[in-house]
This record gives sequence, structure tokens and C-alpha cells, in this order.
Amino acid sequence: MTTPDDRAPAAGDHAGYGPGRDHVRLTGTGLAAVRGLRTIFSDLSFAVAGGELMTVTGPNGTGKSTFLRIVAGLMPAAAGEVAVAPAREDGHAALIHYIGHHDGHKASLTVRQNLDFWRRFWGGGPIAPALERVGIAALDNLPIDVLSAGQKRRAALARMLVAPRPIWLLDEPLTALDAAAEAMLGDLLSEHLAGGGLALVATHRALPVAAARTLRMEGP
Amino acid sequence: MTKKAFNKIADGLTEAIAIARGEAKPAHLSVPSDNPPPLKRRGIVPTTPSMSLVDLANPTRFLGFSQRLLPFTWAVALGLLAVGLYMAFFTAPADYQQGDTVRIMFIHVPSAWLSMGCYGLMAIASLGTLVWRHPLADVTAKSAAPLGAAFTFLTLVTGSLWGKPMWGTWWVWDARLTSELVLLLMYLGLIALWQAMDDQGRAARVAAVLTLVGTINLPIIKFSVDWWNTLHQPASVLRLDGPTIDISMLIPLFVMAGAFTLMFAALLMMSMRNEILRRRVRTMELTAAGLGA
Amino acid sequence: MTAFLALVGLSARLSFGGRSGGALVGLVFFLAVVVVVPFAVGPDMNLLSRIGPAVLWIGALLASLLVLDRLFGDDRSDGALDLLRLSDLPLELVALAKGLGAWLATGLPLAVAAPFLGLLLGLSPNTVLSTTATLVVGTPALTMIGTIGAALMAALGRGGVMIAVLVLPFTIPVLIFGVSAAAAPAMAPAPFLAPFLILIALTLASLVIAPIAAAAALRAGLD
Repeated sequence: MTTPDDRAPAAGDHAGYGPGRDHVRLTGTGLAAVRGLRTIFSDLSFAVAGGELMTVTGPNGTGKSTFLRIVAGLMPAAAGEVAVAPAREDGHAALIHYIGHHDGHKASLTVRQNLDFWRRFWGGGPIAPALERVGIAALDNLPIDVLSAGQKRRAALARMLVAPRPIWLLDEPLTALDAAAEAMLGDLLSEHLAGGGLALVATHRALPVAAARTLRMEGP
Repeated sequence: MTKKAFNKIADGLTEAIAIARGEAKPAHLSVPSDNPPPLKRRGIVPTTPSMSLVDLANPTRFLGFSQRLLPFTWAVALGLLAVGLYMAFFTAPADYQQGDTVRIMFIHVPSAWLSMGCYGLMAIASLGTLVWRHPLADVTAKSAAPLGAAFTFLTLVTGSLWGKPMWGTWWVWDARLTSELVLLLMYLGLIALWQAMDDQGRAARVAAVLTLVGTINLPIIKFSVDWWNTLHQPASVLRLDGPTIDISMLIPLFVMAGAFTLMFAALLMMSMRNEILRRRVRTMELTAAGLGA
Repeated sequence: MTAFLALVGLSARLSFGGRSGGALVGLVFFLAVVVVVPFAVGPDMNLLSRIGPAVLWIGALLASLLVLDRLFGDDRSDGALDLLRLSDLPLELVALAKGLGAWLATGLPLAVAAPFLGLLLGLSPNTVLSTTATLVVGTPALTMIGTIGAALMAALGRGGVMIAVLVLPFTIPVLIFGVSAAAAPAMAPAPFLAPFLILIALTLASLVIAPIAAAAALRAGLD
């Protein structure tokens, strides 16, 4: 039942985009979000190209998280559309890494078991270097539930390194991270951008990386 | 095994849905058309005025329309009910076998029809919720569920009252009664589902999925209950309906069925009006709290 | 395919020690139901062996539904459902994989335990065989129907007994044909093959319909 599409991409290969991945471009046109009966934002457009970082800022309740979820395709937009170029037959879900308010770890499994599942589910490279990179290599056999919030966040970052993808959508990634981890995230982002990837980061705090664009959300 | 195959099906569905919504034409009839503002789907922007059946989809128009229609519906329903009851009690003959007990049929059978018709209506409304995202479709489904449960309950109670003199017991695991009981369980489950969710938009779509699964399942349940019934009980069970019904009974039966259907329609309209107004009040409260848009 | 199998494995592993009990609690619940019945109907072995297949089926039905209530709820609350959606595996196949994994961990053990519990109820060897066979082919249908319920529970953001309220009516056909086939050897002229084949048909249909419905419920409830 294995078709060529099921082939696990090699590490560093951005989900089949290969060296030419700097062609990646993410655009949204006329986006609107409605939650229950209220409009959170409307007529929002943006365009981000490979190698660029866009920060999403604004007060609470203006829809930063909703915006990222819509871009990730996890929530339908009330209006408008999100497009990834070049278009892909299977949709762009498999080009996106998303880190939201929840880290997505299975509490009863160890750090290694968690990452190993995503490596097999998404296809990806070895786990040990990724854990090394985010500085939790020593914790790999602990149940992920005993880790601190910051360490769990680091494990979530390691998950992105295990299965490289060209689009990163990070919702408040600095939450619970200490100064060292913040710098590490800055390095990861720089490398990701240098490799031709793009990133959208919703944040209240200044990132250690210069943003090419800023999207300021101010409510409907 | 990739998304490709699924996407092809999904694209086909999306196109069909778009055509059904009137937003797109089939590819071979493709004409450049201006897309309506997508916000319309969620019922935020009022639909553009035009005289067609679609007008009813607009809650405001529905409120006005139903207000004018309600008194007539009630008048005709009550009139038919009076005529039907008179005929049922005085002109229809007593059954030579069942005696006066047969008159329960004039309540029982229309209730049973409505208990099933109501589920059919909810299934159509659920399609409306999932496919067209009609603001009125989920109001219909939500308002119809308790009515359907009530008519199903009425069917069971009258069936039981009928069964007591015929079978000598209040309850018999007859295939039809059992199917009605399962139907009641499904109505109650759906009502519980509606009650369990705060966000009415989400509740509508989730309940619509369950309703449609039920639509697939009801014939299977009916078939299996019939099979189970013939397995466990010899065919000597008295059926609720005779083999043939005389015309003198058929006429009052149809009059009562008409009366019940109109009553159902009137109750449904009232219930839908309440639901629409309830939602408006909620919107106003949200706006007053500064959360509205 | 790798992704699908990986998810089946994860689901089996999580269901095996799941938060609402997992395989062991499901088995103990099954045992408890079977043990409680003689206290209700009396220790008459003839009666027990006659109703035995039905008791085992009802026990398996409740046990396989009750352990499913957090099947998607946990994925939703810990954020894993978002990550599962960010892949090339369609949500329908995600639901199918989750269901199959849950069945391996919680449904199959029930069928395996049935012969031993059958001894407590004084079932004849033939009835033990027929009951076990029907549970092996019938519990996947129960788990898959339960998967729809689990998706609805995730959309509701709650768990518990409500899943049984929503899902039990849908399991009636499976119960009817499962028990009919299981009890066939005990009721001499009753056919075994016909209900058994219909049971298989129900299982196959549920493997197709349930993932579609579960995915629709997840999409409807989560956006």
C-alpha cells in the first residue's frame, strides 16, 4: 500500500521541497473570524515569503491565536482564504508546524516515546540530535508529565526539528521558557529562516530575531 | 492512501455544495459570477431581498411570516381536530373485534406518523446545517427534537393503553412498539446533546452529525428489531393495525392526521420563534457586555 | 501507511492504560457484570447457561463503550489532535486508526476473556465457542460505534456516562445479531450462520461509516 507519497522525507528536507524550498510563500486574503456570535477580526490580509519572520502582536482577545489556527487550517475562516505556494496536491497541512497553548504531548509516555511517535507519524529524522539541540537530552527516558512547563515546551520545539517543515506557526512560544531557552529558540528561528523556511509568531514579548513584518491585531 | 483521493472526493462535494448553495455553477456552465459575501453563510449579514422560498431562511422574515401564519394554522388545526374527534367518537363505528378501544387509533396512528416524520424533518434540517449552513436549519432541528420526543411518547402511551385490553398487559415487545421506544431514546439523546453545549453553532453541527448517523441507522434498527421479533415471538402477536381499514374509519383517521400535522407545524413555528428570540436576547446581552461586534 | 500504523500503535498503547480505565479496568468491569448477574437472577445453572451469551454480550457492550469516552477528548485537551490534523493522513483515517488501536487494547481482550467467564455461567463448549467467535467479530463494531460517541464527547468537551446515552441505541442491531448467533447452539433449531454473517456485515459497515461520522463530528465540534 506504500505509494511514493508515503515516503518519509529525509531530515532537513522540508517535506519534499528540497533545496528549492525558499520558493515557499504563505498568503492570506480577506480573512475573518467569528466565534459564537461575535466577529473577532475581519478583512485581514498578509503575505510572507520563505526566509521571512512575521510577528503577530496585539492586546488580549484580538484573535492572535484564532488567526494562527485559521492559517494552520485547524479552524475554518468565516471569510477569506489561506494559500501556500507552490500548491501541493494533498493540501498544505503537512507543510506546517504549529505550537499552540498545549504542547500536544501524551502525558503517560516518555519524552522519547512521544517524539518517536511523531517521527513515525510525520516521517522524520533521528531524535537524539533534536533533544540535544533543545537541551533536554538527559531527560529522554522520563515520563513527559514530570517535566516542567519549560522543559515540555522544549520537547515541543524538538518535535519540530525531528520532522522539518517549511512553515512554523508559533503561538506565544516564549511562555515558560528561561533566558537560555529563549536564546536557543532565537537560534532555531534564525536557522529555519536561513534555510528558506518562514515563521509566524504570535507574541507579547520581543523575539531575539528581527522580524521582517509585523501584523498588529487591534480587534474587529 | 494519501489525501489525494480524499481531496478529489472532497472537491467534488465542495463543488456540489457550492452549486446547491447557488454560489457556483457547474463547470460546464461556468459563467463569471460575483461571489456573495461569505459572511452571509453564518447569518451575520442579512440575505439580499428577493422573493423566493429562500426568503424564509432569513430569521427576521421567518418571524414576520410565521406571525401572520400562526393564527390560521392554529384555527385550521383546532377546527380539524374538533371535526376529527367528533367523527372518531360518534360517526366511526366500533371495531367488531376490538370494540371502542379501536378509537385510540385516531390518536395513536397520527402520533406515530409524526414521530417518524419529525425525524425525517430533522434529518433534512441537519443536511441544511452541515451543507448550506442555514441559520434557520439548526433552529428547526433544535426545536423539532422535543416535539418529536413528545409525539413518540404519545405513541408509546396510546399504544400501551390500546395494548392493555388487547394483550392483557401494558407492554409487549412488539416490533413496532420496540422501534418507537428506540426512536424515543434517540430523540432523548439528541436533546441531551443540545443541552450539553453552550455554543449553539457548534452544538448544531455536532447534533446534525448524530442525527444523520441516526438516519442511516434507523432502517438497520428497524430491520434488526423485526428479525429479532420474528425469532423470539411466533407470528400470533396481534398487530396494531387490522389487515384492512374500512373507509368509515379511514376518513376520521386522515382528518386527525391533518389536524396533528398542522398542530405540529404550529408548535414547531412557535418553538422556532422562541429559539430565534432567545438567541437575539443572548446577542444583545453579549453586545451589552461589550463582547459583541 | 506508516503514519496509519504508527497511530494504531499509539492508540492501542494509550487505550491500554487509558485515563478512564484502560484494558484492565474494562476487563474487571466485564467480570463484575458477569458476577453480579447470578446475584440478581439466582444461582440456577440452567437459567444462567441459557442467558449466558446475552450476559456476556451486555457486559462486553458496556465495557467497550465506557472505556472509550476520552478517546478523542484527551487528544483535544492536550493539543495532540491539532498535530494529528497537520499531516497527510485524512481525519477519517485518523479516526479509523484511533478506533482500531482502541479495539486492540480494549475490545479484543474482552473477547479473549469471554471463554473463561463463560465457565462461570455454565455455558456448553459449543456456546462458549459461538459466543467467543461473535465477540471477536462483533466488538470491532461496538468500538467503532463508540468512536462516533467519543468524537461527540470530544466536541462537547466532556466525558462520562453521556457517551452511553448517545451511542447505546445505535448498538442495538449489533447486540441483536451478536446474541442471536452466540445463543444459537443453546437454542437448538435457531440458525447460527445467518445472524453471524449479518454481524460481520454490521462490523464492516461500521468500519466505513463510523470514521466518516467521527471525523465529521470532530470537524464540527472543534472549529
